[in-house]
Amino acid sequence: MSSTFIGMPSFPAAARQAVQDAQLRHNLRKATHTIRGKRGEVVGELDDWAELRDAGRAIKDRTLRHLDRYLEQLEEQATGAGATVHWAADAEEANAIVTRLVRATGEREVVKVKSMATQEIGLNEALAQAGITAYETDLAELIVQLSDDFPSHILVPAIHRNRAEIREIFARRMAEWGVPAPDGLGDDPRELAEAARVHLREKFLTAKVAVSGANFAVAETGSLVVLESEGNGRMCLTLPETLISVVGIEKLVPTWADLEVFMQLLPRSSTGERMNPYSSVWTGATPGDGPQDVHLVLLDNGRTDTLADRVGRQALRCIRCSACLNICPVYERSGGHSYGSVYPGPIGAVLTPQLRGVQGSMEASLPYASSLCGACYEVCPVAIDIPEILVHLRERVASGPGHAAERAAMAAAETVLGDHRLLHMAQRAASAARGAVPRRLPGPGAGWTDTRDIPDIPPRPFRDWWREHEKERARGGGSGDAGGRTEHEGGDR
Amino acid sequence: MTGSREKVLARVRAALSDVPRGEAAEDVAVPRGYRRAHGQGPALDLLVDRLEDYRALVRRVPASGVGEAVAEALRRRGAVRVAAPADAPQEWFASCPAEVVRDAPLGGGPPLGVAELDAVDGVVTGCSVAVAETGTIVLDTGEHQGRRALTLVPDYHLCVVRARQVVDSVPEAVARLSPSLPQTWISGPSATSDIELQRVEGVHGPRTLEVLIAE
Repeated sequence: MSSTFIGMPSFPAAARQAVQDAQLRHNLRKATHTIRGKRGEVVGELDDWAELRDAGRAIKDRTLRHLDRYLEQLEEQATGAGATVHWAADAEEANAIVTRLVRATGEREVVKVKSMATQEIGLNEALAQAGITAYETDLAELIVQLSDDFPSHILVPAIHRNRAEIREIFARRMAEWGVPAPDGLGDDPRELAEAARVHLREKFLTAKVAVSGANFAVAETGSLVVLESEGNGRMCLTLPETLISVVGIEKLVPTWADLEVFMQLLPRSSTGERMNPYSSVWTGATPGDGPQDVHLVLLDNGRTDTLADRVGRQALRCIRCSACLNICPVYERSGGHSYGSVYPGPIGAVLTPQLRGVQGSMEASLPYASSLCGACYEVCPVAIDIPEILVHLRERVASGPGHAAERAAMAAAETVLGDHRLLHMAQRAASAARGAVPRRLPGPGAGWTDTRDIPDIPPRPFRDWWREHEKERARGGGSGDAGGRTEHEGGDR
Repeated sequence: MTGSREKVLARVRAALSDVPRGEAAEDVAVPRGYRRAHGQGPALDLLVDRLEDYRALVRRVPASGVGEAVAEALRRRGAVRVAAPADAPQEWFASCPAEVVRDAPLGGGPPLGVAELDAVDGVVTGCSVAVAETGTIVLDTGEHQGRRALTLVPDYHLCVVRARQVVDSVPEAVARLSPSLPQTWISGPSATSDIELQRVEGVHGPRTLEVLIAE
């Protein structure tokens, strides 16, 4: 049973470990570069990508600005189509609702479609406490579940594992969960996928209850949409008698026609395919086809807090494509686990602190888990300005408790920088003391120098150099003052 | 659960206190400057290219030759027993070498059981719409398509696409589809890239997708 992320160390501590893992860095680099290459190709095929992105952003903004109306509309339409709609204010309530629904069927097992929302709320653990076993059926999620691990990427959760590790996990753990791995299992991906197929097929063909999330929920029609590759989603969404879908309230789109935008944006941004192999769309229950007992659990769990923040709100546009992970230099080196959440990478760095608040040290560290290079914004199919939210959240963290020294330092800096005489005095003092400046600051300042070099201090301030330079020029020395220039350039770095 | 419904809706409304009272959802402009289709080539050629890119097997046949093409495909596959929707045209199976097990029509008699579907060598269906630009075939349980389970459990899916069902783009397909019908969008056979990003065809859905485009 995979555990939840709560109580993970803060980002710098986790990342420090991760960057020392050469295998992990190799796996991540290969994977992120491969996916981003594929993405670039298929996005390049559409000459209206900028317009699609613009439409995607605007549709999500419209939804968010009028979310109450769209939620009510979705509820009405889904109910009319035969689904039962439930509302969950937080994780605990959502878990209680799902547990109660599963219990009502008399079943003790459920099959699951990969869903970030159910991971976010720790549903598998909650079901386990109620004596219900949840089987993850996405291949990567299965690998994560069998190894008591955490997902490390939105799209490919077991990206940090290589084939040898996966073979080992299957051989060791499959038997505990059902059909064992075949004897003499090799580490060829084809062979491993076949073992997963056999292991899970028994579950699919007998399961009575399935739990899913949704990529989109259409307010106008009450339809839910799930995009996937393997067919495990289709199995779960089609064969069981009862289907319970846990859907974050930000997943809505207003109209059926809006899917024409997102069905283009999402597959190309996430897997770098023109279209993912399978998508399922269902609207309530269809007599004679698929699950007849259909439930929709609408989940808040911090989303309304995020919605209340006018800068941070845009993070709720996220369609979980993971393009920002694959482009991020910080994610590429630190890996998904360092972000302490089911939402890693740049989007995790803005979503997690907003969903959970910035009181915890992990959450407070996440807005700093970025170089602010802006690549994530460029690549985002719904144009979430992640750097803007990061800076905004840093402000929130810095104005919280525990930053008195930093605030005092910034206030002092403001005074000095605001007065040219004070600044000049400070610069001269710094130049005089330049030999005494350590590479690393002691005490609380160490946190700063751990991740940054102290800039070289010039032997004399620029103002002094300039004054002399001008004097020289007035004396007719011209601009060929090579000595002065060299000194200035050398010191100004 | 009424309590939580009101609670969540109240939180949403409180969170949106900056949105002017008079603003309607429609007032939030959605620029729709994107294209209805991308003009990447003749639809049927494009569809073949995209399907083959997904490693689906594709053949273009004259509308009158579907029966022969089905027979040939099933012979090549070595299929002895195949499933088909109740309303699949009889002429598809006119020279069929395999035994055809018809599913019951929706709402008419017990459908084929999962075990039975697991035991057949394949399934033959039609489709609702096919999208050329993305190589996508959409099934919506309508004419000649049957229930969703029919095309999911067997390991081999032979799909007959009629030329008039082919559209260029995703927007054109969405416009043709009815949200009230359950849909399965298929783009190539089941596939995973979860192990070292190496693509492996066939994990849970049909491992082989064969498409006959009837012109």
